[in-house]
Amino acid sequence: MAFHKINITINGGLEQVVVPSNMTLMQMLRENLALTGTKNGCSAGECGACTVLLNGEPVNSCMVLAVECDGTNIVTVEGLAGDQQLDPVQEAIIQSGGVQCGFCTPGILISARALLDRNPDPAEEEIREALVGNLCRCTGYVRIIESVKAAAKV
Amino acid sequence: MAEPKVENSTSPVGESKIRIDAREKVTGAAIYADDIQFGNSLLHARIKRSPHPHALIKKINSEKALALPGVKAIVTGQDFPGYIGLYLKDRFFFCRDRVRYVGDPVAGVVAVSEEIAEKALGLIEVEYEILEPVLDPEYGARPEAPLLHPDLGKYAVASFIFPQPGTNISNHFKIRKGDVNGAWEKCTAIVEHKYRIPHIQHVPIEPHIAIAKVDEAGEITLWGSSQSPFAQRNLIAQSLGISPGKMRVIAPYVGGGFGCKAGVSMESLAVAIAMKVKGRPVKLLLTREEEFFTAFVRQGLTAYFKMGCDENGRLLAMENTFYWDGGAYTEYGVNITRAAGYSSSGPYEVPNVKTDSYCVYTNHPVGGAMRGFGMPEIHAGLEQCIDELALRIGMDAVEFRKLNCLKTGSTLVTGSRMHATGLSQCIEKTAEAIGWGKKAPPSAPNKRRGKGMALMWKAPAMPPNAGSSAWVELAEDGTLNVGVGGQEIGQGVFTVAAQMAAAALGVAYESVRIAAPIDTRYSPYEWQTVASRLTWSMGNAIVNAAKDARKQILDIVAEAWDETPDDLNIVNGVVISYKSEKEIPLKNLVIYGLPKPGDQGWRGGPIIGRGSFMPTYVTGLDAETGQGERAVVHYTTGAQAVELEVDLDTGRIEIIKGVSTFDIGKAINPELVEAQMEGGFVQGMSSALFESLQLKDGVLRNPSFVDYRIATSSDIPKDLQSYIVEVPQDDGPWGARGIGEHSMVPTIPAIANAIYDAVGVRLEGPPFTAEKVYLAMLDAGIVK
Ligand code: FES
Ligand code: FES
Repeated sequence: MAFHKINITINGGLEQVVVPSNMTLMQMLRENLALTGTKNGCSAGECGACTVLLNGEPVNSCMVLAVECDGTNIVTVEGLAGDQQLDPVQEAIIQSGGVQCGFCTPGILISARALLDRNPDPAEEEIREALVGNLCRCTGYVRIIESVKAAAKV
Repeated sequence: MAEPKVENSTSPVGESKIRIDAREKVTGAAIYADDIQFGNSLLHARIKRSPHPHALIKKINSEKALALPGVKAIVTGQDFPGYIGLYLKDRFFFCRDRVRYVGDPVAGVVAVSEEIAEKALGLIEVEYEILEPVLDPEYGARPEAPLLHPDLGKYAVASFIFPQPGTNISNHFKIRKGDVNGAWEKCTAIVEHKYRIPHIQHVPIEPHIAIAKVDEAGEITLWGSSQSPFAQRNLIAQSLGISPGKMRVIAPYVGGGFGCKAGVSMESLAVAIAMKVKGRPVKLLLTREEEFFTAFVRQGLTAYFKMGCDENGRLLAMENTFYWDGGAYTEYGVNITRAAGYSSSGPYEVPNVKTDSYCVYTNHPVGGAMRGFGMPEIHAGLEQCIDELALRIGMDAVEFRKLNCLKTGSTLVTGSRMHATGLSQCIEKTAEAIGWGKKAPPSAPNKRRGKGMALMWKAPAMPPNAGSSAWVELAEDGTLNVGVGGQEIGQGVFTVAAQMAAAALGVAYESVRIAAPIDTRYSPYEWQTVASRLTWSMGNAIVNAAKDARKQILDIVAEAWDETPDDLNIVNGVVISYKSEKEIPLKNLVIYGLPKPGDQGWRGGPIIGRGSFMPTYVTGLDAETGQGERAVVHYTTGAQAVELEVDLDTGRIEIIKGVSTFDIGKAINPELVEAQMEGGFVQGMSSALFESLQLKDGVLRNPSFVDYRIATSSDIPKDLQSYIVEVPQDDGPWGARGIGEHSMVPTIPAIANAIYDAVGVRLEGPPFTAEKVYLAMLDAGIVK
């Protein structure tokens, strides 16, 4: 197995990581960097629990090889909040009760942040569309959708 | 004991407090089992599974696998002869002589990496002698079916389960109430129907995971995503023949359970494997594919209903036969069969009832608890029959339900009386909110619109003496630490636990912490996090613990102030006297006590309150008639209604509006209750429209999210309304009953009834996919 040294910006800090060729970005985050906020729900690109921002775009980190991320900028759920302050999508999902078991939540928050970054005032249909790849088995999505609407107003 | 005598103007009970776990969950800080770091000593396990639904194991050769560099050990059933199971001990850790479903564990490999363990699986050679499988429960119940458990008569079994040795029937629950045969001739209308409910999966987004470590002295630690840390401690230890005290289970946040992480399933495999590599933690994480075909499934059901009413629409008789597809092992499923039996009338008063509920072994995946525990399955058919009977007699379906539904004091199917219930109010509220009787035009000419309603009831299904316990202790700053053994699986139980503890003691909700993760070594006992029983049962334990602490505190202060405890209260963390108007903050006394005047010593000491709760009044039911004094602790009741459109060109169904109303006694946290109703509605809707495990010759054909579709954000109705009715439970904390499971019980029949209202077709069972609906419309000549 070949190993590679990669440089990657994660949540604003530069990291140098040695990864085997077949390691996914999700594994690297969870195992090498102990950034366990990014969740593994399927390892197959089908549930969205592992969603992170890669150069500003939401991706399923279980479907991206870590070596491909050399020189990129990654944001995980741990990087959403500022020093003292939560991201508006985090605050809104707390207030609207859109968290239950919480396992889908990191991926949902990242997808929501990506949506609001490209469209600060999305229609309900656009919110539903943006979250369609993030499965949630607990909430029925109602309060999640409400929270994105609320965050858009901030 | 219901309402603690606390006059507390700041009581957080009844308020929609923000979830106690929300902040850690949105920042990624919340720890789930797979997030725990074990460092380099961690080993990885994979499981060799049966490719056959039914076969004898002739030989297992693991030499080549063991020789693979990096493989540490291989485990087979030969090393573990003990049976395991919750209500019926019919299962080994690993198969010993026979495999009974595709996925049955045959051997376990532990290696330095998952890849090596996976590779080693391919090197294990297993020789099978293929046997004829049982793939249908009705067939399986017949004498000519191949016998799957020849040792059924030898298995240890709970006293209220009735296996039939020499058959595949692992439980036969009967109701014989009144005279059903004599009642039919008095009926003006009778309907008869057969319904089939497919197997479905729970699909928590977090897959099953267990990490086990066994030390040199044989002490076992298990970390896992678990609804049942205490039951796992007990059952796994029993099966290994060790004392439960030697086993410790640590259970952090659960990323969704819905019943599949209750009891014991793959955790026993991790423990067995860890016993071969003492000192090293061993992780077993199910792949999503394994999750689909080896985790507990919701049992399939073939149900026959017959029911009749008189000319006024009063229900006179019901005759129901349920064949449950229990799967390869029915250790948990037998009790679902029982619950279905004692609830088989639905929430109606029916004088004559005959029910046979059979749990049948098949060579299908293992049935286990799933949200609703048999109730969504039986209500699916029952509530459609109710609609049809109303139609036959020319009565409005809502009027028919109002007439026949259970009221306070009604005689139940088991012979006892219904406690105080607000089911009638639930019906009225739901009918009003959905606009019952008003037909809106469809949104397009090729669409048809319809409305449907269904009722439900459900009791916590559990052993009669399932117990809870709790403790409370205060820190130097007066903040409250609450110990519970009930698990936070997303339902919000830590939040309501904190609210109840705060209210019962007299401190602010914001000052409460829950002692988590649940750890059987430190946390107080809780039977299992199932059956929507925690708010009620654990809530009572918490109230008792808080009252215990309260008494200790007030006694000390009363003595110090030379007053009586009756004149004192704790409000917002301060002890106050109504008599002398003195006050003292809790923090000044809960650790160090209070000094006696004149430096004459001290009184009091660290405060710790303890409380427990166990129902003591549940009686047995007669094995032949199913009649008895009190079958269960209580029933939560409710109603749902939907409005939907059917697309005539495609058969596609769009749910436009959903309404839920449940009588939950008292909402400790109304928004959390509503969140359960919303989530349950959507899960119920998902099971009605999309979900089915496609089992062909015992092999699962759709073990992925792509092929097994669950509801996404684009599927849910635009308008989802939830209403709470509060008719208090006499022994619930503040009158509360459960709500978690109930919210998905009536969804399938509400949708089915709305489809009928829209286009006049009924299907044999869910999922009501576009294809099936279209074909049914074609069959009925509605479309050409
Ligand atoms: S874990 Fe990556 S999409 Fe499911
Ligand atoms: S909150 Fe549990 S999966 Fe979304």
